[in-house]
Amino acid sequence: MIYSVPTSPLISTLLLDVSLMAVLVIVAFAIVRVRSLFAVVMLQGVYSLVAAAWFVTLDAVDVAFTEAAVGAGISTVLMLAAMLLASRESAPVAKGRQWGPLAVVLIAGAAMLYAVPDLPSYGDADSPANSYVGTDYLARTATEVDIPNVVTAVLASYRGYDTFGEVVVIFAAGLGVFLLLGLDGLAGDYRARIMGQRLSDSSAPTGTRGSKGASKGVSSSDKRQKLRPTVTQYVPVEDDGGAS
Amino acid sequence: MNSDPHVLLRVISKFLIPLIALFAFYVQFHGEYGPGGGFQAGVILSASVVLYSLIFGLEAAKRAFPPFLIRIGMSLGVLLYGGTGVVTWMRGGEFLNYNVLAHDPIHGQHWGIIAVELGVFATVTSVMLAIFYGFGSRRPEIEDTDW
Repeated sequence: MIYSVPTSPLISTLLLDVSLMAVLVIVAFAIVRVRSLFAVVMLQGVYSLVAAAWFVTLDAVDVAFTEAAVGAGISTVLMLAAMLLASRESAPVAKGRQWGPLAVVLIAGAAMLYAVPDLPSYGDADSPANSYVGTDYLARTATEVDIPNVVTAVLASYRGYDTFGEVVVIFAAGLGVFLLLGLDGLAGDYRARIMGQRLSDSSAPTGTRGSKGASKGVSSSDKRQKLRPTVTQYVPVEDDGGAS
Repeated sequence: MNSDPHVLLRVISKFLIPLIALFAFYVQFHGEYGPGGGFQAGVILSASVVLYSLIFGLEAAKRAFPPFLIRIGMSLGVLLYGGTGVVTWMRGGEFLNYNVLAHDPIHGQHWGIIAVELGVFATVTSVMLAIFYGFGSRRPEIEDTDW
């Protein structure tokens, strides 16, 4: 070895990295193979958690933090909430329709393998991430921003525009959900039937509910509960045997 | 005999949820010194509300964190972030150049980062809960016993 790096911690880190990557690959195959959507959601949480552990070994603590909170925490719950409205088993795909995706996967995988030799080696001090603007931020944060966590300095100050864009993207996502679904399940009160599956409950609005609730800002469910007996248009729709 | 099958979950989560929320604020205000910041803190705070709603029901969670707060927080966060930039404009700097926020440029940077991270925190918390409330409020077709 030319490098004067202490070998034992490097070897152990390498072993840890390799085993974590192996777990990631196994979990990914399990996600592809399993048909029960509940198991898939749980395995996605496992995948995020293992990925977070791997980011920690790469010293990317902030990224690991985000991955654990978003990937393993929130998105698992969101997938579960979405799954309540959907089928619980994924339908098997016909053999004839599998060749196109297989070709796409093979070509993309080959392109990635082709690109691997161009990647900087692990821990390379001359890699693009360690040479251009990154070192500049590292050198200037101490005197210009004077906070210990350079990630925060880059995120909030040097790259403030980008973070502003991210916040606006998150805001737009929330706005979309707010407009499409509503916050207190007004959308769930509408009767809908998708692919023969009943999605709504037994009481459906007959016109007044949607306009009143949406435009006058009747948002909290308490208000809704109070409104329910007074507004006579909420007639319970008779069950036409959709659930049975 | 207790008819509630989730009594252990309820007791333990009642103990844990305040700690999770407290940890969110720690991550928020300690983000300049350790890992974390507005994004992570927002997700952790909303995760505590999500856990509360998983254990005690969505209606209880909506009483604890009412939906109107979501609408306000969502837009307030973006306005706080953008407003910081407008304030730096008004004080003679470029958009989001925090140096002009205080007499000392380093203090200005600190003020700017705190304001901006608070904006991120408000928006992320509100949007995560908006998505959760939006999906969770729809009536499920699957009974509890089906699991």
